[in-house]
Amino acid sequence: MAPNIPADLKYSKSDEWVRAEGDEVVIGITDYAQDQLGDIVYLELPQVGASFAPGQSFGAIESVKASSELYAPVGGEVVAVNSALEANQEPINRDPYGAGWLVRLRPSGEQEELLDAAAYARYCEERAH
Amino acid sequence: MDNFEPHIYELSAPGKHGTNLPRLDVPETDLPENLLRQDDLNDFPELTELEVVRHYTRISRNNASIDTGPIFLGSCTMKGNPKLHEEVARYAGFAAAHPLQGDALSQGALRLMYELQHYLGEISGFEAVSLQPAAGAQGEFTGILAFRAYHLDRGDHDRTEVLVPNAAHGTNPATAAMAGLKVVELKSDARGNVDMDDLRARLSPRTAGMMLTNPNTLGLFEDQIVEICRLVHEAGGLMYGDGANFNAILGIARPGELGFDFMHYNLHKTFTTPHGGGGPGSGAVGCTAALAPFLPGPRVRKAPDGSYELYTPEKSIGRMKAFHGNFGMLVRAWTYIRTLGEEGLREVSETAVLNANYVRARLKDLYPQAVDRICMHETVLKGQIAGASGVRTLDIAKRLIDYGFHPPTIYFPLIVPEALMIEPTETESKRTLDQFIEAMRAIAREAVETPELLHEAPTRAPVRRLDEVRAARQPVLRYDAEAFRRLREG
Repeated sequence: MAPNIPADLKYSKSDEWVRAEGDEVVIGITDYAQDQLGDIVYLELPQVGASFAPGQSFGAIESVKASSELYAPVGGEVVAVNSALEANQEPINRDPYGAGWLVRLRPSGEQEELLDAAAYARYCEERAH
Repeated sequence: MDNFEPHIYELSAPGKHGTNLPRLDVPETDLPENLLRQDDLNDFPELTELEVVRHYTRISRNNASIDTGPIFLGSCTMKGNPKLHEEVARYAGFAAAHPLQGDALSQGALRLMYELQHYLGEISGFEAVSLQPAAGAQGEFTGILAFRAYHLDRGDHDRTEVLVPNAAHGTNPATAAMAGLKVVELKSDARGNVDMDDLRARLSPRTAGMMLTNPNTLGLFEDQIVEICRLVHEAGGLMYGDGANFNAILGIARPGELGFDFMHYNLHKTFTTPHGGGGPGSGAVGCTAALAPFLPGPRVRKAPDGSYELYTPEKSIGRMKAFHGNFGMLVRAWTYIRTLGEEGLREVSETAVLNANYVRARLKDLYPQAVDRICMHETVLKGQIAGASGVRTLDIAKRLIDYGFHPPTIYFPLIVPEALMIEPTETESKRTLDQFIEAMRAIAREAVETPELLHEAPTRAPVRRLDEVRAARQPVLRYDAEAFRRLREG
């Protein structure tokens, strides 16, 4: 089944999505990433106020299959984290672009090379085989 | 859970006991306060000896072990453990030796260690061997600490990065991080080997070294290995060899000659000491003359009078383990090497590689290969069966249990989607391999025709599919009667 890749988001090669909202950005992991990981059982998010350079690890995510680092596609300061996920990580699997969002950043202006939806879809397709 | 053995606490009743103590023939007196246990023993289980024996015997019958069936766990080398090794390890001179009885009273044990150091060095092309580390990951840690000590000893303080391919065992980056160094991940190329351009781009004056498994975790030989070692050395770094897959190249290629500076040997994999719940590991390490002064001690050497003695290398990074490592494992590995000899060890690897390729060739039409190449001692296939899009590797693995097989390693290496990593080892017969292949082919048919059989599997095991997600999210880590009751009631 092809992963859900909304057209209005930007994507990193480490499978995070970025959504611009005013002068802030929201970050989560993609549908492809949650599908590859399987059921998420543990999540480690940064403190509000922490700053990250693009490409730097801002947390960790663990499923029954594997644990992975979370990489900041965009540099910036954390203004909010989705603390509801601490007790229940299920929204990351069920609704990765909505209730499963991870952090909200105030961008520093620096960012990784990001893909648009079409390029990210090709990137997922390449890796599936 | 009807046929599930009750927990030992549930079999307990007050006043039952399993020992008969002799009649008290001295005056009874209270123990001093400081010798009394402070923890609560009220709920400690009370059973008869027969109940205890039955309880554990029943549980043991649910065990999958190499003595009851093949275990094709990729990267684990679950080969047969010859019973001769058990006999030798139980000789009183070995089994009853005390580690503090001194060199003079331990000459036989020390000679065995001395000879094993020599054999392992000879097999791998290394100058010096330490038998200290307890298992593979500790061997890795030993190596990277030795790299760090080597650079610092030369006044080279800026080497803080360790290169690790993205196909590596998780212990490699964990080791580098434990040693306080930064992990730099390397890409793999289309042939499943280290991406040489990426390697060249990542090497720098900060490179402390590189960790590489060869053959790698895709079961493929890194055929650029000589060039990789040359490039890393040219940048001033050192090469660490993860010996997890050494079973593929015994008597054929020597890591020391390929350009590695340091490696660990998984005696519990390649050299047959029982593992996976059956015994402790042993992660002996070997290295070049340049790194030998940094090895953990004690090592064994021959004194001028011909006796064997323990010593610690001059710049040793220190002990990794109490006493002499997992000594019983050293006895088994020594016995294995002496039984097989040079030709026998080469045959081990030739047969291991042949067996893996036999399985690969007979399954690749149904289970696509991760990389379309001849493999070494293990093969990585994908659980992507044509016409069965709803079936995943996990379902295939669980269905194998119904066919009486321990599932292979799954979802590793991480760079292969739906990975199934199969390592048959040299100790399985063609008959056993054929049975496994037939089971895998039958499962591929079921995946298309009756996928529900796979989704429901296992149906013939003592327990049905375990709820791994709930176990991870709500772990019950100690006996808790109330938690057990809730679990049982679902």
